[in-house]
Amino acid sequence: MKRFAELLDRLVLTPSRNGKLKLLTDYFRVVEDPDRGLALAAITGDLSFASVKPAILRALIAERMDQILFGYSYDYVGDLAETVSLVWPQNKAEGSHELTLTETVAMLQRASRSDAPKVLATLLDQADVSSRFAIIKLVTSGLRIGVSARLAKQSLADLGGVDVSEIEEVWHGLTPPYLALFAWLEGRVPRPERVAAALFRPVMLAHPVGDNDLDKLDPADFAAEWKWDGIRVQVVAEGGVQRLYSRTGDDISGAFPDLLEAMNFEGVIDGELLVGNPFGKTGTFSDLQQRLNRKTVSPKMQSQFPVFVRAYDLLQLGSDDLRALTYVERRDVLGGFVTTLDPARFDVSRNVAFDDWNELEALRRMPPHPIIEGIMLKRLDSPYLAGRPKGPWFKWKRDPHTIDAVLMYAQRGHGKRSSYYSDYTFGVWTGAEGAEELVPVGKAYFGFTDEELRQIDKYVRDNTIERFGPVRSVRANRTQGLVLEVAFEGLNRSTRHKSGIAMRFPRISRLRWDKPAGEADRLETLADLLDK
Amino acid sequence: MRPRDLLRPRPEGLYCPPGDFFIDPVRPVERALITHGHSDHARAGHTKVLATQQTLDIMGLRYGEGFARQTQAIGPGETVDVNGVRVSFHNAGHVLGSAQILVEHGGMRIVASGDYKRQPDPTCAPFEVVACDVFITEATFGLPVFRHPPASEEIARLLRSATQFPERAHLVGAYALGKAQRVIKLIREGGYEAPIYLHGALQRLCEYYASQGIDLGDLQPATVENSRKGEFAGAIVIGTPSAFADRWARRFPDPVSAFASGWMRIRQRAKQRGVELPLIISDHSDWDELTATIIETGASEVWVTHGREEALVRWCELNGIAARPLHLVGYEDEGD
Ligand SMILES: [Zn+2]
Repeated sequence: MKRFAELLDRLVLTPSRNGKLKLLTDYFRVVEDPDRGLALAAITGDLSFASVKPAILRALIAERMDQILFGYSYDYVGDLAETVSLVWPQNKAEGSHELTLTETVAMLQRASRSDAPKVLATLLDQADVSSRFAIIKLVTSGLRIGVSARLAKQSLADLGGVDVSEIEEVWHGLTPPYLALFAWLEGRVPRPERVAAALFRPVMLAHPVGDNDLDKLDPADFAAEWKWDGIRVQVVAEGGVQRLYSRTGDDISGAFPDLLEAMNFEGVIDGELLVGNPFGKTGTFSDLQQRLNRKTVSPKMQSQFPVFVRAYDLLQLGSDDLRALTYVERRDVLGGFVTTLDPARFDVSRNVAFDDWNELEALRRMPPHPIIEGIMLKRLDSPYLAGRPKGPWFKWKRDPHTIDAVLMYAQRGHGKRSSYYSDYTFGVWTGAEGAEELVPVGKAYFGFTDEELRQIDKYVRDNTIERFGPVRSVRANRTQGLVLEVAFEGLNRSTRHKSGIAMRFPRISRLRWDKPAGEADRLETLADLLDK
Repeated sequence: MRPRDLLRPRPEGLYCPPGDFFIDPVRPVERALITHGHSDHARAGHTKVLATQQTLDIMGLRYGEGFARQTQAIGPGETVDVNGVRVSFHNAGHVLGSAQILVEHGGMRIVASGDYKRQPDPTCAPFEVVACDVFITEATFGLPVFRHPPASEEIARLLRSATQFPERAHLVGAYALGKAQRVIKLIREGGYEAPIYLHGALQRLCEYYASQGIDLGDLQPATVENSRKGEFAGAIVIGTPSAFADRWARRFPDPVSAFASGWMRIRQRAKQRGVELPLIISDHSDWDELTATIIETGASEVWVTHGREEALVRWCELNGIAARPLHLVGYEDEGD
């Protein structure tokens, strides 16, 4: 337990990525199985216990020390987990056995919700300060130590001298404490087989087209496709098992039984999940949201919002891994393959013909369908690579939408912005002429420079009409008010908002000090966008 | 005799009316008894100073030979009579030469501890428990959250890190008197024999410790002005905490910043200072040492000073021992 606790302590305070990688790699190299595998699971968030609420922690410490002394302590430290780890009475018998991480995890996993507090107290009694902190962090809040699962996987790749994509490749078939993984990385056994069928493959991602990027590229080397505004998915049917994954590898099969039924093939498709059907109407992202994040979906929901996949790429067909082939070769196989599938559930994302960038730019600005959010450019000779390699794929998004809105409320920010009003709620006009009023349509807290932040902050302070807690209501009427140009990616219908609209990724794109508040946009403008 | 008739706080410092002397006064006085050489206890400019020889030496190094008109050395365990008051010095285990001062008069025994610790320290004599009626304790780390681990474990972490990151310099911040020498000595005891590099501000005190028989091994000046940057890769460099804030520290290769202090117990403190490797090593008592010492002295009354008085006063109250912050002694019960 001590070595794990020390690892956490050091990771929290080590700022550099390389430093963190080194700490992780060395830990995995030195620590034996199964402790290291459980540490890995703790860091990647793949361990679960009967969780312990802060109130239980307070109750445990209240039984053990004077509340006034605890009060002084908590006030000084500021963090409950850390305070408890420090003030917990030293109970460890001299020379008693120090529990390993494996033993600790086993005790916590065996504990039921009702006896979790007792088990926790026993563990804390036997630990030293650092270990107590690690245990409390494990059971209360997850670790949150500034190490992503991706970084942990990179450290494993460093340990074994392999590419991180190889780790991603086998990751989904493995479970803690990852004995086969470590054995492979140490060269003792061959790479683990993808034992479980229908595993996720790491996806290939594109870089945004930057300024002047296109000047250096030859249009003849690239194919173009529309970029559809659904969600990127990986459709895997293998060994009689069907799975639908998000692009981050989350299994979202449960919400789409209708699609799974149509996956009667052996292969892996990369595509866009959309609502509607390939011949008729394609639904909006907000329609798609009706189907997401659900454990089960009713038949009514399935018929009202049917889904289909617009295929971009083919990674595997039968037992053949196609990823090393070129884009042209893969698309060739894909075209033939999709014709064998249920046409109501699958079609192919067509290529967009163009001769030069200007022509493509014109097409991009006037897409043939409202559910298109831009263009994808893919090198004809590119293999399917894991991650976001620079060069083979680009995404060229439609310019974002903008509206002019009026600042209504401002709230204090967090962290180093806590002294500024940096979170803004803005609204647009609604109501009949002469009786207009502002209705809030969104909230944004970035997009401006530090200097602009200071200017807005001053404006907020000078024009406050009411305060409630950290929020100030700002003067905003037809003649007075600050107009913000807000950029956003799209709109969803929302029943939670008074306006009936929710913005996707709103941010402040410009401050319109010059614009009278009365000339800001009306709700109808947004409603039009929604209906398009 | 009431305790406050023997010792009581005055603006200049802790004063003994029958003996007409001060203990660790902050302003120049006629007669000062000094517990140890840290600058918040040992000031220059007193007429007469009574202290251990090592404390006098250290004051001489810091303030120059003329720091007092007249000095008198007293050994640990020795007793002198000051205007009819019996005064004796006893090891405090804080830094080289540090002492507690026992003041006895009319059957009343009061110990002014100065700063003290109970953890073993290879660079100074260990703390001695002195039975007394009133114990004046410091409370620098007087909160239950402060629990110092064994210093040897902290040094082991430093040495592991130095092996783990051989391409980086390890910069260890440590106070110039006591902490720096203790850290160096512990590094040597940890089996590290390579040269240790010193910021210039530490040199004289390290030499003084060596002259007192405390072998600190091969110490080299950490002068970067003339050297190439890569030269300190893998080295351990000790500097005062303030040295790390200035340009001097930026010349080392991708340094791991370490800081040896009891404050490093709190993660947020380490984070705020940008410390990557906190070493929880303190020359003050932690909470457990403070409370154990209070009981061992058998004192029926405790005066608390230098730090977080309220928590220790609360603890005494819970344990049936009269206690108050030292600055309130003689004020709250005036007139009874
Ligand atoms: Zn001191």
